[in-house]
Amino acid sequence: MTPEQAVAAVDTVSAIIDGVEVTVPKGTLIIRAAEQLGIAIPRFCDHPLLAPAGACRQCLVDVEINGRAFPKPQASCTMPVENGMIVKTQLTSPVAAKAQEGIMEFLLINHPLDCPVCDKGGECPLQNQAMSAGRSESRFEGEKRTYEKPINISSQVLLDRERCVLCARCTRFSEEIAGDPFITLNERGALQQVGIYENKPFESYYSGNTVQICPVGALTGASYRFRSRPFDLVSINSACEHCASGCDLRTDMRRDKTLRRLGGDDSAVNQEWNCDKGRWAFKYITSRERVKSPMVRGADGELHEASWPEAIAAAAAGLKGKRVGVLAGGRLTHEDAYGYSKFARVALGTNDIDFRSRPHSDEERDFLAAVVGDLTTTYADIDKADQVVLLSFEPEEESPIVFLRIYRQVRKRAMPVVSDAPIASRGSHKLNAKLVASAAQATGLTAQSVILVGERAAEVEGALSAALELAKSSGAKLAWIPRRAGERGALAAGALGNLLPGNRPVVDSAARVDLQSAWGVPSLPTTPGRSTSEILTALSDGSLDAVLVGGVDPMDISAQALEQLLNTFVVSLEISHSSITAIADVVLPVAAVVEKSGSYLDWRGTARRFDKGVEDADLRSDVRILSILADELGAPINLPTVSATAREIESLGAWDGARASFTKREAKAAKSDEFTLVSWRFLLDLGSLQQGEANLAGTAKQARAHISAAAAAKLGVSEEDHLIISSERGSIELPVSIREIADDLIWVPRNSPGSQVIPSLGFTSGAVKVAKR
Amino acid sequence: MSLLNPVLSAHWDEADSFTIAGYQRHDGYKALAKALKATPDEVIAQIKESGLRGRGGAGFPTGNKWSFIPQGDNKAHYLVVNADESEPGTCKDMPLLMANPHSLIEGIIIGSYAIRANHSFIYLRGEVVHVFRRVQKAIDDAYAAGFLGKNILGSGFDLELTLHAGAGAYICGEETALLDSLEGFRGQPRLRPPFPAIAGLYAMPTVVNNVESIASVPSIIQNGVEWFQAMGTEKSKGYTLYSLSGHVTNPGQFEAPLGITLRQILELAGGVRAGHELKFWTPGGSSTPMFTADHLDVPLDYEGVSSAGSMLGTKALQIFDETTCVVRAVLRWVEFYKHESCGKCTPCREGTWWLVQIMKDLEAGKGSEADLEKLLDLCDNIAGRSFCALADGAVAPIISSLKYFRAEYILHQTNGGCPFDPVASTLFETAGA
Amino acid sequence: MSFTTEELAVMDSIIARYPKSRSAIMPLLHYVQSIDGYVTPRGIETIAEKLNLATAEVTAVSTFYTQYKSEPVGEYHVGICTNTLCAVMGGDAIYESVCDRLGIKKDQTTPDGKISLERIECNAACDYAPVVMVNWEFYDNQTPASVNELIDGVRAGNPPAPTRGPKELRTWKQNSAVLAGLSDGLAEEGVQAGAASLLGLNIAKAQGSK
Repeated sequence: MTPEQAVAAVDTVSAIIDGVEVTVPKGTLIIRAAEQLGIAIPRFCDHPLLAPAGACRQCLVDVEINGRAFPKPQASCTMPVENGMIVKTQLTSPVAAKAQEGIMEFLLINHPLDCPVCDKGGECPLQNQAMSAGRSESRFEGEKRTYEKPINISSQVLLDRERCVLCARCTRFSEEIAGDPFITLNERGALQQVGIYENKPFESYYSGNTVQICPVGALTGASYRFRSRPFDLVSINSACEHCASGCDLRTDMRRDKTLRRLGGDDSAVNQEWNCDKGRWAFKYITSRERVKSPMVRGADGELHEASWPEAIAAAAAGLKGKRVGVLAGGRLTHEDAYGYSKFARVALGTNDIDFRSRPHSDEERDFLAAVVGDLTTTYADIDKADQVVLLSFEPEEESPIVFLRIYRQVRKRAMPVVSDAPIASRGSHKLNAKLVASAAQATGLTAQSVILVGERAAEVEGALSAALELAKSSGAKLAWIPRRAGERGALAAGALGNLLPGNRPVVDSAARVDLQSAWGVPSLPTTPGRSTSEILTALSDGSLDAVLVGGVDPMDISAQALEQLLNTFVVSLEISHSSITAIADVVLPVAAVVEKSGSYLDWRGTARRFDKGVEDADLRSDVRILSILADELGAPINLPTVSATAREIESLGAWDGARASFTKREAKAAKSDEFTLVSWRFLLDLGSLQQGEANLAGTAKQARAHISAAAAAKLGVSEEDHLIISSERGSIELPVSIREIADDLIWVPRNSPGSQVIPSLGFTSGAVKVAKR
Repeated sequence: MSLLNPVLSAHWDEADSFTIAGYQRHDGYKALAKALKATPDEVIAQIKESGLRGRGGAGFPTGNKWSFIPQGDNKAHYLVVNADESEPGTCKDMPLLMANPHSLIEGIIIGSYAIRANHSFIYLRGEVVHVFRRVQKAIDDAYAAGFLGKNILGSGFDLELTLHAGAGAYICGEETALLDSLEGFRGQPRLRPPFPAIAGLYAMPTVVNNVESIASVPSIIQNGVEWFQAMGTEKSKGYTLYSLSGHVTNPGQFEAPLGITLRQILELAGGVRAGHELKFWTPGGSSTPMFTADHLDVPLDYEGVSSAGSMLGTKALQIFDETTCVVRAVLRWVEFYKHESCGKCTPCREGTWWLVQIMKDLEAGKGSEADLEKLLDLCDNIAGRSFCALADGAVAPIISSLKYFRAEYILHQTNGGCPFDPVASTLFETAGA
Repeated sequence: MSFTTEELAVMDSIIARYPKSRSAIMPLLHYVQSIDGYVTPRGIETIAEKLNLATAEVTAVSTFYTQYKSEPVGEYHVGICTNTLCAVMGGDAIYESVCDRLGIKKDQTTPDGKISLERIECNAACDYAPVVMVNWEFYDNQTPASVNELIDGVRAGNPPAPTRGPKELRTWKQNSAVLAGLSDGLAEEGVQAGAASLLGLNIAKAQGSK
């Protein structure tokens, strides 16, 4: 029983376990009730988030109800507590103790004695429970079962079958939680084994969870295998930097180096799960591409390493008295984003700041400023929704833990899901989503419904207006779920042209005055600032002189973005060498997640704080560097540390006055071109934070161009063929996939190998020419 | 008056016994017409009153099983016939289906009507192609004759019947494994509760009955409850098929009232094969603890066999004479259970793996007396600890053989190997016998 | 190479027998064996697509049941019962003899692809022990000599008829189609019952029961 169910249950039952009375919500399993008394019944197949299996039989206990004893020991992981029940565990029943000892002996007869070389050694439930519930010596003198070892069930997950105790946690997780039954129990009896279909690897975005919940060392991740012993690791609580789902993470480090990451336990968010990107995409932190030292572009036109004072001075010199724009990027912590926001207003005297390093619109800017800060939708709302409407949002690709929550309800109670996606993704299939052309066609919404809007809504004029309209007319709960981890925090920090921190509208003089007094500055800029695209245009046409850039990949914005930065003064705060650092005048290296503390605001607007894991990190958080730079500019922002920043954010609080205004936009008429390109990003793609992890990249979906059967016939292509998709800017070439999609649409992934839409075609959606190769 | 009482097998000697014409020549489908005139609850009441108990092994009262199906629940109900007959020694349902498939089909229609099922299934083991042909043909003919399909005999009752072939898995004889298999999954047993009567096939209320149980239904409806009750013993009413096999003069099927003894059947069958004597036998398949000549007079009904320390099971009387090495016989059975263990639970999967190794050593004379204690202790750690009853069946021959033939196990050790000549046990060996 | 339109249509008709499509997985696997002789990758992939399952889910099912073969078997698949009763009464000797005759062991196929061999479990014909199944047809009361004749007949192209079965022995593929529920019209061939099945009835009649 999950904690939520426990809260929901009103009826309780009482039983006696090992002589102690316990009262639990009706439906509570004996094994959980015992936990409440501090009695640990050994177990393998049992997992609180999976349906009971009763397979391993390790948790056998003696049970009697109202004086009638069961003739044989019962599995405590499958039997709910009942009134009048008397349970005797291994602690008080010799029968239960012998039964458990017998099961343990059976589990061990075919288990190899390779603990010294097994990754699980030291944190192994089998090892631990064999010590607590097993015999000291084995009576088995026969032949052990052996298998070829290990086998790669994906490029990232390895399986040592002879270690497996066949608890089926992994297969049950894959089916019940992820909806990806790509690993199954195969064969039968003593030869039963976990496996894949030979031609289809275990390529689930959630595959790493099976490694985490495997109670033995049967499933291991390629990137951690043989790297460390658990007792050499220091675990820190951390937050995931990859998306806005808001996962609790545990990061295990050895000598300041991240060795692995695991899903943390937050029942309100990720439960105990995370996605493979969150688990395995951290090699960028130790990449050789990291910027280690400040750099200043010299008279020779080349970047040279510089001391911090030199670099700060060079940056200040280039920014001082200039018309500067700020591109903060979507990967910042709340505190760092606040640093950019305050720096722009106080040190640069401008509202020309935008965190959106992706396609965006003014409609979106207004929506963000006027609406999003006040949205209160949570995961719990999804749990009890009567339907979920997905608008410009592919949860499995763009916020995978949100997907798991929705899937759970779809599986549990066939919760209806509606999506405005132009093509049914695998995620949509799993959710059994009904596809509609637009928000307006979603029907039957009530106050119990949930509307989840993704960041791609900015790419369709009128889409956010329609979402808002739908929420207002139905009373449904609305949420905006950006792809990146930092966007919601950047919004809260006011890293947007029309918004100051804490939902203060730029145009609201009272809000400005409030902020001025909090910040102790005489004035704040009054004109709403430029958007990302406007800043870039202004930089290229000379309306702006310089730009301060956070973690931004210009190709996420537009094909021209990098060119637009070429003839301007660029200060880049970056963790790794990039196309921006390559053209920057001053490069200031900043800390990555484990090297700093901070917090991310997830899509709900809820903060998850994390501490620094690297004690003597050389690098500092963006906010601290910005604070030094502001001092150098003579306009201090007084944010010397992350914790000081967090305190200032806290004390500043949210604005209780009026919100920015939102003007409804109308949807534009559909185009009539031959083909219109539509796209979104796969979870695993060429994203810069996934660099350096080839095992993970090996599990990514392959790029294919999806067209309808009619379109394929018209083009004379089959799935054996390739298509050339071209625009005025250039073209991409992809194999064909024939799917259900409108005849005039072609879908491709946005940033996958062979399919980088913005650099190749110049846009993320629009008219393209399509031809057979 | 004979001790035997052929009912289901009464006309198996007619060449067309398996055809619908052959069946109808002897009042076939008349019970159906009768049943359809009664209410479903009346049919259930009759079967309950008759005392018919499951013929597949467990002996649960059939009418009670039917009465557990919730009524008026607006859900689909299913009757699923367990024709997975695979218990070693068991060979009654296959000849029944080969020679008289319509008795099953008529029983299914009546049973489905009683439990308000409109779609029923026969799960037939896959390794019997000709039986499949016969049953499929019988179903087709029953449809053609209007006994299946829409508005059966004008009663307004509709029934679809689907024949489904298994594919080689003993565990599918376990009713919840059968249901998972029928739903298209690996045939592994399900957690209970919920029981099939509440959430069975496709999570709907479902009755799973053995072939012989259902095939017996028309005779009860046709001849009346009292006719059925007049046969058998106090708590084991009616007639049943006993299957005699092994070292006997004449093996075969014997349909008799419950409670007949092996001594009586052996007498009818010409006794143990000439020149030999009974050593051990199973009353109801390999999963039922073995008996010896001391048990010749045990009444072969549910209570009689149970009180003698075994189970009536499937009434598969496998007879082994003194040429048979009991260690070899038990080893082979344990190998069977290892092969057929579904793999789901630890004690069965790992336990049978281990038991086979120990039994092999014992048969080869490599064991010690301490191994026998270890063996019994392992059996104790398996029996009643596993997910379903398969593993209980696996240890039954070990425990019972050690009870009666411990000396023979030890003889293997002192002899340094098996003291028996396997050739002597074969049917086609004359010299060594 | 994919299945023909006709074959795909048969698959659809098999699926239509069931209230829920997944139930069709077993007859579909039998059907794939009737075309390909064993469970081929194309079979698994087609079934997965038809039933909207992951291919791994189909593999999980096909590897659970012993009748589904992951490698090709012979045109005539010989199963010798070596469960206790048949083994004791001669099954073990028959198995040894067949191995010698064919030069293969269990789970192997003769190089010409004609005959494959399996040690089978109890096949519900114990009153006809020792039992041998060929393509899952009954050959009752076998001896090493009779099985040798059977094998020679198979090799010569004129195998003896099953004891209780159709007039002519059908091939592995043909019988797989029957198990998929595709009638071959042979139900009425062969005896209604063997002698052992009639033993009790005949005794009862002789004794004059009703």
